[in-house]
Amino acid sequence: MTDRVPVLNMDEILNCMHCGFCLPTCPTYEQTGLETQSPRGRIALMKAVAEQKLPVDDEFASNMYACLGCRACETACPAGVKYGQLLEDARELVEDVKRGDRRRSFRRDLALKRLFMHPGRMRLAGNLLWAVQASGLQRLANRTGMVRILPKEMAEMQRAVDPVASPGQRKGRQAVIPARRSQPRVPRVGVFTGCVMDVLFHQTNEATARILAHAGCEVVFLEGTACCGALHAHAGEKASAIDLAKQNIEAFEEAGVDFMVNNAGGCGAALKEYAVWLNDHPRWSERAKRFVDATRDVSELLAELPDFEFTKRLDLRVTYQDSCHLAHGQGVRTQPRDLLRRIPGVTYVELPRADSCCGSAGIYNITNFEMSMDILDTKMNHVRGTMADVVVTSNPGCLLQMKQGIIRAGLEGKMRAMHIVDVIAMAL
Amino acid sequence: MEKVLGLTVTDEGVDDCMVDTNSSIRSRLCAIVGEDSVRDSANERHAYSYDATPIVTGAPDWIVFPQTTRQVSEVLRLANEERIPVIPRGSGTNLAGGTVAVAAGIVLNMTRFNRIVEIDESNLTVTVGPGVITADLHRAVEARGLFYPPDPGSMRISTIGGNVAQGAGGMRGLKYGVTKDYVLGLEYVLPTGEILRCGGKNYKDVAGYDLTRLLVGSEGTLAVITELTLKLLPLPESKRTMVVYCKRMVDAARIVERTIAAKIIPATMEFLDQSTMRVVDQFAHLGLPTDVAAMLLIEQDGVEQQVDRDIDRIAQIARKVGATDVQVANTPEDGARLMAARRSALAALSRLRPTTILEDATVPRSELATMVSEIERIAEKYQVQICTFGHAGDGNLHPTCMTDERDAEELERVDAAFAEIFEVALRLGGTITGEHGVGMAKAKFLPKRVGEDGIQLMMRLKQAFDPNGILNPGKIFVRVPDWQHVAE
Ligand SMILES: Cc1cc2nc3c(=O)[nH]c(=O)nc-3n(C[C@H](O)[C@H](O)[C@H](O)COP(=O)(O)OP(=O)(O)OC[C@H]3O[C@@H](n4cnc5c(N)ncnc54)[C@H](O)[C@@H]3O)c2cc1C
Ligand code: SF4
Ligand code: SF4
Repeated sequence: MTDRVPVLNMDEILNCMHCGFCLPTCPTYEQTGLETQSPRGRIALMKAVAEQKLPVDDEFASNMYACLGCRACETACPAGVKYGQLLEDARELVEDVKRGDRRRSFRRDLALKRLFMHPGRMRLAGNLLWAVQASGLQRLANRTGMVRILPKEMAEMQRAVDPVASPGQRKGRQAVIPARRSQPRVPRVGVFTGCVMDVLFHQTNEATARILAHAGCEVVFLEGTACCGALHAHAGEKASAIDLAKQNIEAFEEAGVDFMVNNAGGCGAALKEYAVWLNDHPRWSERAKRFVDATRDVSELLAELPDFEFTKRLDLRVTYQDSCHLAHGQGVRTQPRDLLRRIPGVTYVELPRADSCCGSAGIYNITNFEMSMDILDTKMNHVRGTMADVVVTSNPGCLLQMKQGIIRAGLEGKMRAMHIVDVIAMAL
Repeated sequence: MEKVLGLTVTDEGVDDCMVDTNSSIRSRLCAIVGEDSVRDSANERHAYSYDATPIVTGAPDWIVFPQTTRQVSEVLRLANEERIPVIPRGSGTNLAGGTVAVAAGIVLNMTRFNRIVEIDESNLTVTVGPGVITADLHRAVEARGLFYPPDPGSMRISTIGGNVAQGAGGMRGLKYGVTKDYVLGLEYVLPTGEILRCGGKNYKDVAGYDLTRLLVGSEGTLAVITELTLKLLPLPESKRTMVVYCKRMVDAARIVERTIAAKIIPATMEFLDQSTMRVVDQFAHLGLPTDVAAMLLIEQDGVEQQVDRDIDRIAQIARKVGATDVQVANTPEDGARLMAARRSALAALSRLRPTTILEDATVPRSELATMVSEIERIAEKYQVQICTFGHAGDGNLHPTCMTDERDAEELERVDAAFAEIFEVALRLGGTITGEHGVGMAKAKFLPKRVGEDGIQLMMRLKQAFDPNGILNPGKIFVRVPDWQHVAE
């Protein structure tokens, strides 16, 4: 253990003055009232491990994984502690120690390494998923560890997943979409398709391209991209995450685009971390910086472009649930809201505590199922109060979670969850 | 008792008989509050070993989460019988080491007492559990046009119980007073288990000793508070903010004095010294001038015309005294932008070095400028980095030292510097702590402030409430009170 301790960044840990200002914004602290489930507590535990006062054991591991990684604490922290990075380091340490112990959990191993690492396999899994849709998610669920989930929740989750695009549909997509509006200088934009997004929300990626073209961009789907690496980094698999980052940087460089757009808050935050991940990789750090400079969330880029026209009216009451990694991770808060407000006919209502996590948090809703559902139920109490027709999100995980939340809250038929891009596309 | 303490403090050489005692205590605690409400894993004990105070730590054996007054009483009875220390705890944001379990024992977490029981609009009172978060109370009463003025900087997370037990202050102290001025009645449990009430909804009440006032600021050493009745005011209808820059600290102090001499009491008068301003500006990029010695942030609230008139007059006074610049905010957003400098002061300072020690030496308002220059002299003398900001209106300063807890030699100089700062504060007729409390952090300076006889009297009071010394031991008094040896 001793030789691995240095991966924890003691200087950053010491930036935490244990003032506790982050506590009221932390969803797991809100649910449990326990210091061990708070940002301040988790940082204190990391410090104790770094000082070898506590061992890296099951309890420490479960406390590190009980965190949503939503980074609401970063927004609240007056001292600017980079909690997200501390958490990634701590989880990497846990995984290192576990590897030494040969006690790795098969569940996460399958989900992450075998699937997300290889776009080919992901596509295969996507095809598989599509194939098993008819018979339900049961089999896939059994394999990915969703077995811990109770039958009722299982059914809710299954209903929450939209029919997945068929393999044929996904292959037959146009490579370059020309700009639909002339601008002095037409920006060339690459759409980062991301693995989960492209399998589960194929149409949303298509819609992203269409909107950008409508807004005056020349759009390409980036070839050769892999998973962004977010799930790996959050799960302590930093080395894999870095391999993926390099692959994506190469793909970006080959495409020769001005911007690289993504529509998943979680992926976007990871893509923007590449410069930090590759900081001490001499041949990569500059390239990573250029990559980060070109990376935008779709709402973020649309806000930078000249306003485009909507052609249809949507007479809907709409609310917005922040994606944690878009709001806390990337600081993109006003852009999606402003876009929604601009749609003719839309009545926008603000969701109380919109920037508090919905409990989806990557694969958290699989690994920490009960807590995830408790957090979701608290969230749905606020959502219900908005009386919205549509609750809009900016991230696939949140979207699935909100869909499940609507079912759990008995709001099916009264309320829908949609990705912001799909809402905008409806009004074009 | 010694053995129980020895066992838990060192964590080593646990002998079987002690394990037995400990596990039987654990099961008795579980029988009172339920299995889920007793926590004692290694991580949990560590996570309750600190509060917002730098450096000091001490892990408890158990963390207990009671939900009713009866449970509090039963836990205390058990602890008293077994001579186990009990440390009441709110959100753990105090800066005096008040919730550190120096002698292990039970951390009694009061956060589940988080109900606002009643807002009484005809008597202008609110009754709450001690676990209610200060800012939640603000929101609840302000929604009814009412006002609970105490606003410690930590209000978004501090609990009312912690505010009262610590005698918390805040930025509105000058005009509205501090927490102690708003406590009307309490329900509390003695360490021996008795459940008592003092005070109530009456503004006037002289029946016997004022135990309510005694328990305010008692730092969890006399009783556990389980319910509080607080005084409310009508919410002021408007508020305006202004900022004043001064070439010399004495000018800032003079503006404060002349304002008050002109019979204007602003809600808030905060100041930042030059070194704090520089750090804040680097951190928050507010575009503060760096060639001035101090800035004053002034806020007035009340009826609109009155507020406008007061702000105008303060601006006149400031210009006359020789302020280099006076800016009045025209909108609430502008006001918030101006206040941002003060609000980000501690955060900005805390980023400079690994460890930040925030003190709260306080002097009579008229000694403000002298005190600030004395602090500068002392920092220079001991070669430590101290920036000062704070509440100019009431002389409550926050000399803040940036250091590194890993450097023992530097910490010694820091200690010496603060000892001298407190000495100077006392010489100027001030006090060692204005709002953070004594706790562990300032116990050794307390005799200088209250005298040996004062300590003796306080110890006798302590004994009357807590004959076995189980409540929050190691706080306020350096010496273990004599009767504790007798009890053993
Ligand atoms: C960034 C920052 C800014 C701050 N600003 C201010 C400020 O402006 N003004 C100010 O005065 N303080 C300030 N503080 C200090 C601190 O927030 C206050 O002392 C606050 O009142 C503590 O509340 P708490 O709920 O965290 O109590 P804790 O820290 O949990 O406890 C404080 C003390 O109260 C006792 N206690 C708690 N609950 C009970 C109970 N129910 N019965 C009996 N005893 C109890 C504890 O034993 C302990 O001694 C600040 C702290 C920080 C970190
Ligand atoms: S990332 Fe989210 S869940 Fe984790 S400590 Fe921060 S606020 Fe809490
Ligand atoms: S708000 Fe920041 S400094 Fe304060 S306890 Fe949380 S992480 Fe630490």
